[in-house]
Amino acid sequence: MLRWVAAKVAGGAFVLWAIATLIFFGLRLIPGDPAQALLGGPGSQASEEALALVRREHGLDLPLAEQYLLAMGRLATGDLGTSYSLRQDVLTLIGEQFWGTLLLTVLSLATAWAIALLLATWATRGSRSGRAVASGLEVVASAVPHFWLASMLILLFSSLLGLLPPVSVEGPSGLVLPVLTLALPLAGFLAQVMRESLADALESPFVLSARARGESETGVRWRHAIRHASLPAISLSGWAFGSLISGAVVVETVFARPGLGRSLLNAVTARDIPMVTGIALVSALAFVLVTIATDAIDRVADPRLRRA
Amino acid sequence: MTAPETAGTAYGTAHVAARPGARLTAGEVISLAVILLLAAAALVPQLLAPGDPLAISPTEAFQAPSWQHPFGTDESGRDVYTRVVHGAGQSLLIGLAATAIGIGLALVLGTLGAVGGRALDFATTRINEVLFALPGLLLALVFIAIVGPGVTTTTIAVGLSTAPGYARIIRSRILAVRRSGYVEAAVVLGHGPLTILGRHILPNAVAPVFVLATLGVGQAIVWASSLSYLGLGVVPPAAEWGAMLSAGRPYISVAWWLTVFPGLAIVATAASATALGRSLQSRTRQEQS
Repeated sequence: MLRWVAAKVAGGAFVLWAIATLIFFGLRLIPGDPAQALLGGPGSQASEEALALVRREHGLDLPLAEQYLLAMGRLATGDLGTSYSLRQDVLTLIGEQFWGTLLLTVLSLATAWAIALLLATWATRGSRSGRAVASGLEVVASAVPHFWLASMLILLFSSLLGLLPPVSVEGPSGLVLPVLTLALPLAGFLAQVMRESLADALESPFVLSARARGESETGVRWRHAIRHASLPAISLSGWAFGSLISGAVVVETVFARPGLGRSLLNAVTARDIPMVTGIALVSALAFVLVTIATDAIDRVADPRLRRA
Repeated sequence: MTAPETAGTAYGTAHVAARPGARLTAGEVISLAVILLLAAAALVPQLLAPGDPLAISPTEAFQAPSWQHPFGTDESGRDVYTRVVHGAGQSLLIGLAATAIGIGLALVLGTLGAVGGRALDFATTRINEVLFALPGLLLALVFIAIVGPGVTTTTIAVGLSTAPGYARIIRSRILAVRRSGYVEAAVVLGHGPLTILGRHILPNAVAPVFVLATLGVGQAIVWASSLSYLGLGVVPPAAEWGAMLSAGRPYISVAWWLTVFPGLAIVATAASATALGRSLQSRTRQEQS
């Protein structure tokens, strides 16, 4: 187990290093002067002196290899640099935005799981309406863009019914629509996976023996089959978490909610590279950690994996 | 959303063949009809909507849907129906091109990983892991931050984001096909490794990928329109569905039709592509069992 964890951590560190390196060299491959970009692009007509000053300040006059080593050294010590557009420490900025996005993604994941569990058990009971709702949500999951679902929810709950605020406000009422927007497609997706594996599980010998012992239908479902059926959905949760971070970019923008996603979009629009690198690294780190956690849960829940 | 991990495992190792003569279901007929309609809108938009998608008419701004303007008009009095029809070409082109880029890249990564020996397999698996660590739009956003926004960049960015999922499936397919009887037979017959790869392994490993691509086009259209919506792809007033939604966003409470109709077009396209991909998937699966 310890060796397994060490290998996973090393793999994660490699991923972070690779992302930082790719962004570093990707930028150098693009035609154009980075110093000019820092001062607002070719349109800004910065003076030669200003350019020279910026080059010295950011170490752009050093040889490429030295720049690279310096940049990696800073990243390794946790220094993500200063944002070009906001002129503040990137790590501090990310720290301010992180919790809002974490709250949003965790709540969405939990909501999606709750809906998916209900749908999957309901749909495999064989009721027509359950199956119809489940397959409807599956289509939603694959075909409805987050930004449009958000708009439709705003139309329904804010403009038509006047129940909830159209933009994110402080407190729980401002969270309902963003969380629903992220959770509904994911729920459809998880429900589909769970439904298939639940149907498999209900055919398996251990369910037959539980029934033979006189266990009630509800007991069979919740005590035996659902555990088995949740396994693929648990392994998917790492991926789901990643897709939630990606969805947060859209949802935070639509609902004007402060968070990492909206900061990333602003940074991309302003081509604020330290900020983009910082957010990419932080979300990749979160993704790597969640993947390790779900893999570990899988190994605990399914002993067969430990022998492999 | 597509789960790249789960989709590929359902196939056996038998040759994949189309099943002629099987009856079409209602869902398949509807999706095919939507796709045909879209193809018509993309190829000959004048046939369905003779007007000019960019023609403004300030006196007719913000008109609700009517017989004259079935989808209403936007803030400059442009006809939304005409714009939705003319936007089909742009959206489909981006979706198809992005999927082609994603699959092309995945073919290279997946094939190298599966037949290139241990070192290459290790390298391509690591590359895939790195691409996977920035899921969904994140990889596309980082790519756009480096290269700059625009239609071409958006298309490549979406293609890049879909590549790791396909690569993983192609790799595992090739590995499965390589162990099959007919490849063994080809080895015994003394065919060279490249002949075996090109004539026996790739055709059989890649067939299910085209099914996945049908599923993927819908996803690519959704992602590309998201990027346009965020202001990084196609820029208004061009008639593209994501860009139209982005332009209609400030008016959502006064002009719902600006948000509803372009969005419905995206959903209908993506849902049809997905439904068609699913039925192709289950048809090829039935063939094998």
